[in-house]
Amino acid sequence: MSDNVLKVEGVAKAFGGVQALKGVSLEIEKGEIHCLAGENGCGKSTLIKVISGVHEPDAGTIEIEGRRFARLAPMQAIALGVQVIYQDFSVFPNLSVMENLALNMEVMDHRVFMNYRRAKAIAAHAVSQIGFDVDLDERVETLAVADRQLIAICRALLQNSKLIIMDEPTAALTKREVKALFGVIKDLQSRGISILFVSHKLDEVFEISERFTILRGGENVASGSTRELDRRAFALYMTGREFADASYRPAAAPGPPVLSVRNLTRRGAYTNISFDLAPGEILGITGLLGSGRTELVETIFGVVQPDSGSIEIGGKPARLRSVRAAIRAGVGYVPSDRLTEGLFLPQTIERNLVVAVLERLSGWLGVLRRQAVVETTERWIADLSIATKDPSLPVRTLSGGNQQKVVLARWLANDLKVLILNGPTMGVDIGSKYDIHALIRGLAEHGLAVVIVSDDLPEVLACASRIVVMQNGAFVQELDPASTTETKLGELSTGVA
Amino acid sequence: MLSPRRVLGRSEPWVFAAIVALSLLIQARSGQFFTGNNLVDLARALVVPALFSIGCMMVIVSGGIDVSFTAIASLAMYVTDKTLLARGYDGTVLLPYAMSAGLGLLMGALNGFLIAFLRLPTLIVTLGTSSLYTGLMFGAFAASASDVPPSIAAHGKQILFTAVNSDLGLTSTMPAQILILAGVLVLVFFLLRYTMLGRGIYAIGGDEAAAERAGFNVRAIKMFLYCFVGVLAGVTGIVRISMIAYADPSTMLGMELPVIAAVVLGGTRVTGGVGTLTGTTLGVALMTILANSLILMGVPTYWSRAFTGAVIIIGTGVTAWQTGLTRRGGRALSRPATGAPA
Repeated sequence: MSDNVLKVEGVAKAFGGVQALKGVSLEIEKGEIHCLAGENGCGKSTLIKVISGVHEPDAGTIEIEGRRFARLAPMQAIALGVQVIYQDFSVFPNLSVMENLALNMEVMDHRVFMNYRRAKAIAAHAVSQIGFDVDLDERVETLAVADRQLIAICRALLQNSKLIIMDEPTAALTKREVKALFGVIKDLQSRGISILFVSHKLDEVFEISERFTILRGGENVASGSTRELDRRAFALYMTGREFADASYRPAAAPGPPVLSVRNLTRRGAYTNISFDLAPGEILGITGLLGSGRTELVETIFGVVQPDSGSIEIGGKPARLRSVRAAIRAGVGYVPSDRLTEGLFLPQTIERNLVVAVLERLSGWLGVLRRQAVVETTERWIADLSIATKDPSLPVRTLSGGNQQKVVLARWLANDLKVLILNGPTMGVDIGSKYDIHALIRGLAEHGLAVVIVSDDLPEVLACASRIVVMQNGAFVQELDPASTTETKLGELSTGVA
Repeated sequence: MLSPRRVLGRSEPWVFAAIVALSLLIQARSGQFFTGNNLVDLARALVVPALFSIGCMMVIVSGGIDVSFTAIASLAMYVTDKTLLARGYDGTVLLPYAMSAGLGLLMGALNGFLIAFLRLPTLIVTLGTSSLYTGLMFGAFAASASDVPPSIAAHGKQILFTAVNSDLGLTSTMPAQILILAGVLVLVFFLLRYTMLGRGIYAIGGDEAAAERAGFNVRAIKMFLYCFVGVLAGVTGIVRISMIAYADPSTMLGMELPVIAAVVLGGTRVTGGVGTLTGTTLGVALMTILANSLILMGVPTYWSRAFTGAVIIIGTGVTAWQTGLTRRGGRALSRPATGAPA
């Protein structure tokens, strides 16, 4: 077909003994927004690098606008109109917007001298292409992330691009910025430029792309029109597993509450909050950013102090003046970025597991008791079913979901009564997300009381046994997840209803 | 456009203000600061550190650090001096300059090779070569203070003008070597600002991976940079011995720290990517004025060392603070989200 801008056929690539791509195909039509999805490690990045000429494929062909290649050089790919916008945008934070826009082109043209007048003209032309309003003399490091991305996009457009590959372009953007980015992408599309949009976020795939290709384990698993794709199929293609959308029910009827909050108020944050939480329950708190949800849970964790009201833990009044006090009372808190960042990645799984309880595992003069370390590690690996052959491997060899389990294990080692998770699956791919949800349910079944703060509504619906919606510092309504919908939740938290 | 934030976010105005304040203070206390001979003395004291600081600034801008330039300068000038003395050289001063620059080039090339091609950390490499070159000088060449060839001695006596302080009966002479400093400043200004090579040095200091993706030949740029710094050190070595009229192998050793301090004080960001010649020159001027006034006020030398250390810490701290002032949202996760519900 001649209206393909890109046609990749049977591309294979191995690194050492690892077969990253096993005969992958990909077709992108002219002016199409195509989504490339897949879990981490599925071969997305390798495929992009083959298309942009960074990697030479072992087998297969790449066809760009009807011209076939067995391999490409990076400069050749650029000359053919293929541009990659990397996750870090590849900008120079220390240089002006003008230089960031013009330098690459000047280097390509083998310039010896820097002509600022010419650079200014190039830069002005670059930003005018998408109507990007920015001070060309501003240093890039002073700009917001979204603006840096627009700079990368403008720069890519300078090279007469036919295909722009965006590697997880929304990873660091706020929702409003994502909307703006999608506007730009649609605009590019209207000019006949094709976009390969790499993402593992389902909502984005549905919103922006017309067709999709999903990779798993270095192979094509599905491709077609996004309109014919639904949430369940997407998850199945991505992970190869079926996921039930059932909501969580506590195994037994709730006993006496382990956490009781009464009339808790903190001026400017939340007002008159009362609730009970029993062992085995999962309370989902949702609401807009700034609704007071984070301040509320941080109060229970002793980070900030309430102005009035009381908290009881395990039937006894708790004065949570500090984080240490909260931990001693049996409260654990995992902030949103901690699940993914709280690991020593190059260190062994074993060391990561026991790091929080070293004191308990060491004997006289603080010497570690080897046997106790081994036993503790084995117990956690079994209890949380962490998928690894050998605990002496580095943590980074684990999949995302298993890494999260290691972080959780660390908290659980400390005799918890209440575990608070703030945005537990932010930025995590689908398979890991389901793993974490299953893990949270498992923890509750073992008698832990869990609070989940999240604006991922499907997540709250799937995990929580009760949901409260917060708005302007108050609980506006308590809902039963079995009888409510995503739409209803969304309306309540924005105050539309 | 010069917004207030952008002006205050720069170091040069602050350093300049500090120089003015310090000058006025010294003038008020001694009445001798704004005299011809004091200013000429300061200029004389400034030449060698300023030459070193230019190369040092370029390396720091590229994201590296160089502590070997004084060792290069010392060994290059010493070998040149001894060789020419042994041959009874009596030609012009151009040959000593060329020879010392050539030796500096070779030594800089070793730094460059280790850093650009073997990708070793710059601090480790230059600490190593610094020790190597100093060791060679004292070991293999059994260095001790020596005379200089007649042409170098004569070069040291070339002066532009003489300033007389009739109150104290002091005279000071402006050395011709200040023209070399001026020449190097012009050359490096042009190089850094108006050549792709110079912009490449800034680009590498900003983000090396991005520079590579943009098509800059990162290895070649780094190789050039360390060779250039070596040449500059070789030239500085001859400037130094001509001005003091004898070749003392240890006369420049230990100047690295004050020079790096001056460069950082002048607003060069230690993490790379940001630095100007104006700032660097102001930084050297401030350090020189400080050192001179400390001597004038009878402060012992070890205190001036402590002072140098303090200046490094304060200078770096201020630069870091200013970075925080102008830089926004460096890390994605720390940005406040303004999202609507999913």
